[in-house]
This record gives sequence, structure tokens and C-alpha cells, in this order.
Amino acid sequence: MTKSELIARLAAANPHLYQRDIERIVTTIFDEITDALANGDRVELRGFGAFSVKQRGARVGRNPRTGDAVEVSEKFIPYFKTGKQLRDKLNS
Amino acid sequence: MSGKTVTRAQLGEAVYQEVGLSRNESADLLESVLSYMADTLAQGETVKISSFGSFSIRQKGQRIGRNPKTGEEVPILPRKVLVFRPSQVLKSRINTGNTSSGE
Repeated sequence: MTKSELIARLAAANPHLYQRDIERIVTTIFDEITDALANGDRVELRGFGAFSVKQRGARVGRNPRTGDAVEVSEKFIPYFKTGKQLRDKLNS
Repeated sequence: MSGKTVTRAQLGEAVYQEVGLSRNESADLLESVLSYMADTLAQGETVKISSFGSFSIRQKGQRIGRNPKTGEEVPILPRKVLVFRPSQVLKSRINTGNTSSGE
């Protein structure tokens, strides 16, 4: 399912709403999650899962082709942990 | 990092502010989004949200685990796990937003 299919499904279930509003709703949800993570906040959606940011420290990496040591600066990566309810649902 | 936790309440509020629907209906729509995603994943289908990331299901085989307290061997049954792969857009947003110095 893609974002546009998700929007189409919501539109079919909510015929009283404009498609354009549904698009804005879906976009807002994912934008809000992105903004929160960009601020270093966590997003917790009970039953679904939690998004958080993990820090990867600076390290010395290697160019696999030449074997040269290269400085890799610290970085932040988004992380998702599946909620208990959803985990159970996947295996039911 | 400020270390706050955003929940359904704030996401629902953001939807409410964005579109002229009632708070209740905004919360219901957020819930629908999450349940459509969960249902799709439960069927083993991938969910791709452009410029955010994709959620997919990975099948894990059976393996032998150990009860860390007793040291006893226990079989871990085959199961399905959800993996989230963030998009490039999300990754770069998070890297520009965060620094280790900014508490």
C-alpha cells in the first residue's frame, strides 16, 4: 500500500470529506512525526509503535576500494519499535 | 535533543489545526490511518509512505534461545517482524535537525 492508496482508502470510507482534505490530513500526520524526530523528540503511538532517534557516534571508517581510513562524523538515524498490539496482530 | 514524547493527542491536534474538522473527527481519522496501516501489514503487505519511509514484514525462522536467568534453552518459534526503513528525506531531515551538543 502506498501513500496514495492509503488516501484513496480513507476517501472511500469518508465520502463526506474532500479528497484534498484527506491528503492534507495524511501529509500532516507524517510531517508531524518527521518534525518531532528532527527536534530529537520521540513519537509514541500506543498499540502501533514508537519512533525515536538514535545517535551513531563518529568513527573511523574505511574506503572499501582503497582501504584508506576516513573520518565518519556522528549521525542520527530514525528508529521504529513495533508496538505490542501490532506485533501480536502480525503473528495471530 | 529535547527528549519530549509526542503522542496521539498532539498528532490529532495537528490534524485538527490543519483541516477544519472537529477534534473528534480528526482523532478518528488519525486512528483510521494507523489501523489501515496495521491491517495491511498484518496481511504481509508492505506500506510505502513517500518521503517518510516504508514498513515491511520480515519472516524470522525458528532458532534456539536461552532464558537469560536460568540458562535454559528454549526454542524461539518462527515469527513475523515489522521493519521500518526510513526514506532518504527523513534521514537527512533528522541529521540536520539534531546535534549532540544541542540538549
